[in-house]
Amino acid sequence: MTTTNRRIVQFTVNGNSVEVAITPRQTLLEVVRDELGLTGAKEGCSNGNCGSCTIEVDGVTINSCCALGVEMDGREVNTIEGLAPGNDLHPIQKAYMNNGGFQCGICTPGFILSTDHLLKMIPNPTEEEIRLHLAGNLCRCTGYDKIVRSVQAAAEDMNS
Amino acid sequence: MVATPEKAIGQPIARVDAVERVKGRAVYAPDLTLPGTLHCKILRSPHAHARIKSIDTSAAEEYPGVKAVVTHKDLPALDSDEQVGGEVTLDAVYLRQFLMASDRVLFHGHPVAAVAATSPHIAEEALDLIKVDYEPLPAVVGIEDAIKDDAPIIHEEVRTRGLEGRSDKPTNISVHMELARGDVAKGYEEADVVLEGEYRIGMVHQGYIEPQACTVDVDATGHITIYTTTQASFANKSQNAALLQVPLNKVTVVPLEIGGGFGGKGFTVPELPTALLALKTGAPVKTVLSRDEVFRATGPAPDAYCWIKAGANKKGEVTAFEARFYLDAGCLPGSALYVNNILVAGLSPYKLPNFQADGYDVLTNKSRSQAYRAPGLPEGAFAIETMMDELAEALDMDPIDLRIANITDDGAPMSDGMALPVTRFKEILETVKKHDSWTSPVPEGRGRGVAIGMRREGSGTSTATIQLNADATFSLIVGSVDLTGTRTSMAQIAAEELGVTVDEVRSTVGDTDSVGYSDGSWGSRITYVTGMAVKNASEDVIRQLKERAAEGFQASAEDVEYADRTFTLRDNPEQSITLAELAPKCVGMGLGAVIGTGIAAGVRPVTSTGVQICEVEVDESTGRATIARYTAFQDPGRAINPMAVEGQVQGAVAQGVGWALWENYEWGEDGILKNANFLDYRMPTALDLPMIETIFVGGPAPENPLGVRGVGEVPIIPPLPAVGNAVSRTTGIRHREIPLNPENVFWATHNGANGAK
Amino acid sequence: MRNFDYVAPTSLTEAVQAFGQAGDKARALAGGTDIIDQIRIGRRTPELLIDTKRVPEMMVFEGDGAGGLRIGAALPLYRVRDDANVQATYPALATASGLVGAVQIQNRATLGGNVGNAAPSGDTIPPLVVLGSTVVIAGPRGTREEPVENIFAGPGQMTIAPDECLVEFRVPAPKANSSSYYVRFIPRAEMDIAVVGVGVSLTLNGGGQIEDVNISLASVAPTPVRATDAENVLRGETLTAALAREAGEQAEHHASPISDVRGSADYRRELTKVLTRRAVAACAAQLGVNVT
Ligand SMILES: Cc1cc2nc3c(=O)[nH]c(=O)nc-3n(C[C@H](O)[C@H](O)[C@H](O)COP(=O)(O)OP(=O)(O)OC[C@H]3O[C@@H](n4cnc5c(N)ncnc54)[C@H](O)[C@@H]3O)c2cc1C
Ligand code: FES
Ligand code: FES
Repeated sequence: MTTTNRRIVQFTVNGNSVEVAITPRQTLLEVVRDELGLTGAKEGCSNGNCGSCTIEVDGVTINSCCALGVEMDGREVNTIEGLAPGNDLHPIQKAYMNNGGFQCGICTPGFILSTDHLLKMIPNPTEEEIRLHLAGNLCRCTGYDKIVRSVQAAAEDMNS
Repeated sequence: MVATPEKAIGQPIARVDAVERVKGRAVYAPDLTLPGTLHCKILRSPHAHARIKSIDTSAAEEYPGVKAVVTHKDLPALDSDEQVGGEVTLDAVYLRQFLMASDRVLFHGHPVAAVAATSPHIAEEALDLIKVDYEPLPAVVGIEDAIKDDAPIIHEEVRTRGLEGRSDKPTNISVHMELARGDVAKGYEEADVVLEGEYRIGMVHQGYIEPQACTVDVDATGHITIYTTTQASFANKSQNAALLQVPLNKVTVVPLEIGGGFGGKGFTVPELPTALLALKTGAPVKTVLSRDEVFRATGPAPDAYCWIKAGANKKGEVTAFEARFYLDAGCLPGSALYVNNILVAGLSPYKLPNFQADGYDVLTNKSRSQAYRAPGLPEGAFAIETMMDELAEALDMDPIDLRIANITDDGAPMSDGMALPVTRFKEILETVKKHDSWTSPVPEGRGRGVAIGMRREGSGTSTATIQLNADATFSLIVGSVDLTGTRTSMAQIAAEELGVTVDEVRSTVGDTDSVGYSDGSWGSRITYVTGMAVKNASEDVIRQLKERAAEGFQASAEDVEYADRTFTLRDNPEQSITLAELAPKCVGMGLGAVIGTGIAAGVRPVTSTGVQICEVEVDESTGRATIARYTAFQDPGRAINPMAVEGQVQGAVAQGVGWALWENYEWGEDGILKNANFLDYRMPTALDLPMIETIFVGGPAPENPLGVRGVGEVPIIPPLPAVGNAVSRTTGIRHREIPLNPENVFWATHNGANGAK
Repeated sequence: MRNFDYVAPTSLTEAVQAFGQAGDKARALAGGTDIIDQIRIGRRTPELLIDTKRVPEMMVFEGDGAGGLRIGAALPLYRVRDDANVQATYPALATASGLVGAVQIQNRATLGGNVGNAAPSGDTIPPLVVLGSTVVIAGPRGTREEPVENIFAGPGQMTIAPDECLVEFRVPAPKANSSSYYVRFIPRAEMDIAVVGVGVSLTLNGGGQIEDVNISLASVAPTPVRATDAENVLRGETLTAALAREAGEQAEHHASPISDVRGSADYRRELTKVLTRRAVAACAAQLGVNVT
């Protein structure tokens, strides 16, 4: 069973319908990165612990390293590349930029998608709610202080 | 935010490369896949120490999809004396042995062979087909075991450097260093209190989220191009040229965006096996390490065992001080520089009129240990700063007052006899003492701890070039990799020096062919040394532009002045030309292109200092310590970008707190690492930390025209003792072991410090 | 990762067939937060993964008609965590569902997976047990219902046959004047596996005495265990701080933990006492009885 059981899977990615021929063992993360060339989601650990592979599936964020590509048939997948069209910036992206919400930036796509999910659930989160909701995303550079402030700034901006 | 020209420096502006990052478009090493790329996986030792009797790769070679397999046999012959440089200098033979085992494996996870195949999955399957016959050997895991007389010896040929003539026995102590001053015996006589303690600090990983990854592409002429994640593209180039035995002009290193390094990406790791496979197959080969491999085999920070005995008089002055610091080098000699850091930067904040300090580089069956921010200093500071707190407690003295009583005056000799650069340490401590984080009453149930840190920095060389474009904008290239916003701060310096806005300077990091030699992004040297190179390059541009303007004025360049984007003849202000007018004349219209070059080398060392105050709560029923409040005072000199400086301080504090409370390599007796993943190697999450208040103290460094000091490293020095002192003051028991994870604190409070389980 | 096949049945009949045919060569794939990494590191080696998420019977989330609750084995935990009825009626289960991993994990992980993984540390298991839940099991020999408590055979192992699968959990309506509570200890504040976990359900009688109590411990034995000695000292009594402490001491009898990277056996024993005491007190506090 090396590459014999490749199959065609259809789903939407950032609003566009895609069709990929993949094997079951390819994770969703491998599929978006290697098959679709969307490398915004990163692989920091491959076992659900760092959140750098965070992707939205059917409206909720998941660790795409712990999901299979073949599971996506008919589902709606959104990645960091689709958060704002073209060269536009989503208010969350602006907030991370203007508040020092990242340094090396490897964790940033994951944090931004987690923030988006949080603000959809709780438009005005407390600091505690922010920290709890982002606990599945590790950042080694910032100590989280400026990430929390970025989320607060984004919430303020989006609620005004 | 657009900064005005005069004010580019000192503005908290967003990163110039921010958009690419928040859009997920920035290209990191794992993101690059060249057409026709083969994928490499590495076979690793399941033993901590074993002899390799044989390796049979034939079945793997025949596996469908496999294009090549390499082992140490594919390495070219190497001159045994060759040295390779990075932040430390290593013997090339040892570095190569670390990257690809030959006759023995020296740690769990040691690379033994590598496979290139058409997909990573196939390469991984092929690893199972490689047969390695091992003869397990006794492994030495802990420092204290490794220094015993009857310890199994890791390298038979090693003799202790620094003890020449005194011993010619094979040993696991590869280096011994010592510094001393005054008369320790007399010092004890002057002491009113004498204390002694042993301190143990666990092994931790830098924890960058991006694993090591690279693609190596060899062209038809044999030229090797390495796309990689590195803190030091030029060092990476020279290391790989030496290991592969090719001339330096046959290797180009293209540094891609780097997803964190913190000292851990200064030495080449996956490039060697990847390059061997690329040379063998003629195709580009890509390697991306797994998190497990990153933990096991890239180079964590040394664990340490320290002993201190100190005496102080009633005024709190330390009259006698003896210390021994043992750092774990892992399987290769190499932590000597970090030992030296402790003996010099670690001890020099204090006068210590009578001291004897010894440092040791100890070999064990672990991955080679590596730099982590201020290498060696967090470990050393845990011992030193805990002892200072113990003395303060014994003397019933305010711990900040005790430090003030001992602090070395600027210009006075450091532990190595050199003069201490300007630190204003006493003033800084006086300021901290008056701050609310220290003066406010300690809330019920909490304890408060303080610790200081110092680092001396500013070594090596950096290069920058600046090109003038025809529309009067500029293109700046530096050779220092951008870890935390280098492009931005360098653009700020160039903009200020060139009298333009940051937007008008395109700031990039060059590959090793497009810019001059630059040392790595380590040792807090970038803002300072590379900043000086950028300043020099900017001055060179202005000088050339003045020459071009002078040609038009038919005057001498010395008489031309530059201000407000305009070149003016000093004695005849009618004669003037704007930058916008002059630029197209230079570029494209024949006056001559303007390319400024800046080199910085031999800059005067500066110090960088910090003080941190930590407040904890401890749940004594479970042993869990929680950080309730954290304040970091940092002297950044002149902060080029205050937002970036704050961010670096906060990041370092978070790492230090993680080290203090949770992070630790958990070893089995057999030298097997048991927690090589982010679940059981517990780095702090957002929920584990409070906001980290960052306060700038001190002022511009007089040693350099930019006035800057490094900030990347110092703030990771105080957290271990600051947290430890806070926990000790809460539980009423002196904790001398890191990590202070719940179980360790629980047993210490229930069975006494260092209590048995 | 070694290769395997994948099917996604769209009805229980299809699912039962798939499990029945493949037997021990197959494993269910629910949220994948355990199984995918286990395949990656070679701990499990199924030849076929059967995706349970498209089976409507495994996605139910509704009342059982008798005041209780039905939760499909493949329903993501965030649905349980965020449900107002679960929060009010089965607080231990809502809490535990919000403790598994972090948000992204809860958006995928399931009760079927937490139980199916059969880790002694599974956080939702003690709540399911103390709430008296049962699980519906389907297979080629038909459908049956078992108490959740009875389905663990050892670490990573259930008592169900390899050709069977979990369909849904049934949580009965709680008695009047009762509540439930779950607490676990982890070194970090999130993203960690329980060093010890304690689930408690309590029912008080009209006089304020403990009429019924269930206590289940996680991470202290090869399977989740009931702390019956602790239950026995509590039953029929009026809770006091001393009694809660005594319950903790008694609970420790049921702990036969191992030492591993997450904690030593001795530490786990100590934590069992502390957490049981705290869980009993906190559960009572939810019923208005404060003993601390
Ligand atoms: C980062 C991280 C943190 C975690 N933290 C926690 C934690 O705090 N607490 C905790 O308890 N767990 C934790 N886990 C483990 C895991 O998330 C949980 O066990 C989760 O509930 C598993 O659910 P799943 O749906 O993802 O299971 P899957 O991985 O899909 O399946 C798990 C097992 O159950 C079997 N299974 C699933 N459904 C059925 C069924 N219908 N019938 C029969 N067998 C079935 C599968 O075959 C498999 O063996 C964590 C995991 C990760 C990666
Ligand atoms: S890569 Fe998926 S969580 Fe780390
Ligand atoms: S910015 Fe580097 S890990 Fe978050």
